[in-house]
Amino acid sequence: MRRLIVILPLVLFVALGLFLWNGIGKDTKTLPSPLIGKTVPEFSLSALLDEQKTITAADLKGRPALLNVWATWCPTCKQEHAQLNRMARDEGVTIYGVNYKDDRAKAKIWLDKYMNPYALNIYDPDGHLGLNLGVYGAPETFLLDAQGIIRYKHVGAIDQRVWGELRQKMKQLEVN
Amino acid sequence: MVRQVLLVVLLSFSSLASAAIDTYQFKDDATRERFQSLSTELRCPKCQNQNIADSNSPIAKDLRDELYRMLENGADDEQVIDFMVTRYGEFVLYRPRMSEQTYLLWYGPAALLLIGVIVVLLISGKRKKTEPGKPDGNLSDAEKQRLDQILKQEQNK
Repeated sequence: MRRLIVILPLVLFVALGLFLWNGIGKDTKTLPSPLIGKTVPEFSLSALLDEQKTITAADLKGRPALLNVWATWCPTCKQEHAQLNRMARDEGVTIYGVNYKDDRAKAKIWLDKYMNPYALNIYDPDGHLGLNLGVYGAPETFLLDAQGIIRYKHVGAIDQRVWGELRQKMKQLEVN
Repeated sequence: MVRQVLLVVLLSFSSLASAAIDTYQFKDDATRERFQSLSTELRCPKCQNQNIADSNSPIAKDLRDELYRMLENGADDEQVIDFMVTRYGEFVLYRPRMSEQTYLLWYGPAALLLIGVIVVLLISGKRKKTEPGKPDGNLSDAEKQRLDQILKQEQNK
């Protein structure tokens, strides 16, 4: 019994060491979103392509979709844009856009130039919707179910590999 | 001369070292102080080892603006913290709140210290009883005989 107590610190030290070792190399830049399982925060903003049209959170309901936060000033958004185009064109994925802290004219030119994969584009020049969504670096992509509940969040560019994961999650949502 | 040159060099770097500077007009000094203390306790989600007061990143600026707006509108500290946590998670707090997830974080060090103290006390207690080389006054008969022998040998020398 005594001997057990004497080696207890060593055991604890090893346990702590293993716990910390386990953390090495993990992605520390991506924050878990506290919004997962919650609905998209309420908003009322104009459509990017049509100033007169107002978009609210209710417009994002109906089917599983991706909500992609992008801007023309964001180089990674450009990088992922071709992938978004392929997803929308070839696989019919519904992608909603949040044009985040951007300039309407520039964004329009951008979409003309690189094609428009978005079913809807919300114009969020002050970044209020972005703030409510907990956006800290564009591009960020939220996976929404048919009820407009956030199911998953990806921070960073969407490439073929990321889309593979997202597609699986989306399919599960369609089944349910 | 060297001193003057050094001074100029150091001064030219001082502007680089200063943190993000905004010009907020506060309604009173108390609000200003709360702004300063809260902005140093909230962590920037993008540049993870800086607080939002120090960071120059756009998101930190947005969060400072939001903090300013909330304080000017009379929000209390709890409301500000809740606002940030519901959007960016517990991560933004440099002092994590007490919850089931953070018990280990809060109580872990004290628990480890306690365990260490207990182990040290146990070991030292054991040592005292059986410390080698110290007579405890209770010799067995065999030991007594042997002691007598040794003493006699010494006397006979």
